[in-house]
Amino acid sequence: MTAAVSVHNATKTFGAFTALNDVSLDIKAGEFIVLLGPSGCGKTTLLSILGGFQSPTRGKVMIGGKDMTSVPPAKRPTTTMFQDYALFPHMKLRDNVGFGLRMRGVARAQRDEKALGFLDLVGLKSSADKKPHELSGGQRQRVALARALAVDPDVLLLDEPLGALDLKLRRQMQDELKAIQKRVGTTFVHVTHDQEEAMAIADRIVVMNQGRIEDFGPPADIYMRPRSVFSAGFMGEVNFIPGQVKSVDAASALVETAVGSIALPITSFTASVLVSSQRVVLCIRPEHFRRAGEADDPVVPLGEAKVTGSAFFGTHYRCHLKPAKAPDLSIVAHMPQSAAVADGQIVPLAVSLADIVALPQSRN
Amino acid sequence: MRDMMTRIASYAYAGLIYGFIFLPVAVLVLFSFQDGRLPVPPFNGFSLQWYEAVFADRKLMAALGNSFIVAIVSSLIACLLGFLAAYALARYKLPGSALQRGLLIAPMTVSYLIIALGLLTVLNTFGIRLSLWTVGIGHVVINLPLCFAIIYSSMGDHHINIERAARDLSASDIKVMVLVTAPMLMPSILAAFFLSVTFSWDEFIIAFLLSRFDVTLPVEIWSLLRSGLNPKTNAIGSLVFLVSVAVLAVLELTLFGRTKKS
Repeated sequence: MTAAVSVHNATKTFGAFTALNDVSLDIKAGEFIVLLGPSGCGKTTLLSILGGFQSPTRGKVMIGGKDMTSVPPAKRPTTTMFQDYALFPHMKLRDNVGFGLRMRGVARAQRDEKALGFLDLVGLKSSADKKPHELSGGQRQRVALARALAVDPDVLLLDEPLGALDLKLRRQMQDELKAIQKRVGTTFVHVTHDQEEAMAIADRIVVMNQGRIEDFGPPADIYMRPRSVFSAGFMGEVNFIPGQVKSVDAASALVETAVGSIALPITSFTASVLVSSQRVVLCIRPEHFRRAGEADDPVVPLGEAKVTGSAFFGTHYRCHLKPAKAPDLSIVAHMPQSAAVADGQIVPLAVSLADIVALPQSRN
Repeated sequence: MRDMMTRIASYAYAGLIYGFIFLPVAVLVLFSFQDGRLPVPPFNGFSLQWYEAVFADRKLMAALGNSFIVAIVSSLIACLLGFLAAYALARYKLPGSALQRGLLIAPMTVSYLIIALGLLTVLNTFGIRLSLWTVGIGHVVINLPLCFAIIYSSMGDHHINIERAARDLSASDIKVMVLVTAPMLMPSILAAFFLSVTFSWDEFIIAFLLSRFDVTLPVEIWSLLRSGLNPKTNAIGSLVFLVSVAVLAVLELTLFGRTKKS
């Protein structure tokens, strides 16, 4: 089963601290949503509000079109998968997975059958008679997933479920989670602070910071067309080049920066209405720099830059550059494996127009 | 050389300590097999006659049965009340919870004599007649703090999410407690139960002051002793000791052994 979820103007305060500040969100049925942000950004609070473990100070939560704001967790069509798995240590796996069905009055034989089915889904059918302490972290994780799914929730809430796993296992579990979500079709809302994890599994990512939603969209949009400086920085390495809007016309705007004046199409401005003389920052990902003449699309030359340091990363060289026009600025750029990069080398720098995103300078 | 000396000294020290603790018990057990009328040296030879006498003594056997009943029933009640109190204080915000914890543990610091006198006064005031029940009440009073302390200390925060998960899967509060919390805490609940059984089993002052016609074993032994030393008292004493050791052995093997493994 599956259901749409919407949050209307949810605010949660703890004393003087505002954990969630007027958040509104619409999630479609069957979507895999990731709430992404640093610790203390309000993502876990939002998840608790969806699960019913906390109630919003103001605002509304709708699940499947019904108002759930003050419905307790047990009565919601949601289940939560906890960060520390929270398996019942004294029960066999089949009883762990069947617990929710037992609470719903399902007979033993029937719930055993269903529990085995869900253990099969996560690849642990043969361990049905084991107890949680006999399992590895990744296996416990799968049992927790099976237990949460066994009651056919409309919405599954996942609270940093992969946080305790090592990197390799985490990547593997991400793929499994995504595959299982596709199979069962349940709406998943997943909390993490790992942007790579978010990109790996999400249909849409909600980037949160200081109790607010900074950005919301498919991973590629969030990465390539971020709508806030925070979102751009959180999703991966990015160069911020400050500038000022000089003139605006219907299709483009001229921005003056330390590395030269750049005429940007209006579509580069993802966040706000353009005003002349506005202060902006240009966001350029390290992999978007080109050597002049290298790219197919129209490029903007940014002048020459001196390599001040470089390191080989396997897929690319990561270089620190100092533009000749703005020696105060330090730019990080990725150069291809084949590039022979040496410190002190002078390289002509350019970037495709379409890869530049211009955002209003952040409030702080 | 110096190592040798320290080693000898530490062995001697350990020997003295254990001798000090266990010599009286060893002497008691030895003279329970005395072939003669007096449990004092010299040891005249080995005989089981005093054990026969113990098992033939109806009053002693009745007292033994009473002790079992009182120990088990009072320990069950003490564990149940201790568990409920621990659950409430660990999981809910209660007014003055630090004070309440203190009040629950406080009886541990009060002497059994004072507790017995207090209970005697209360029971008199309400016109409740002394019986095994009143002894049991006394033992609940002394064992409840112990059970509470043991169970409360084992209720960690990591259990909270597990209980929350159970609730999220639609378990009612009572089902969470019975199906999740209590089984998770079973090792410490059993430890509390068995310790409480041994304390109740050996307890004399409260049992003496709060019982009348039906008495527990320590009280019966006391009345035997009033008629003078007799190897029969040694025999019954050895049996009491044996039961305590057995309970401790069960505790050690089933609980502490298990926790070491996990």
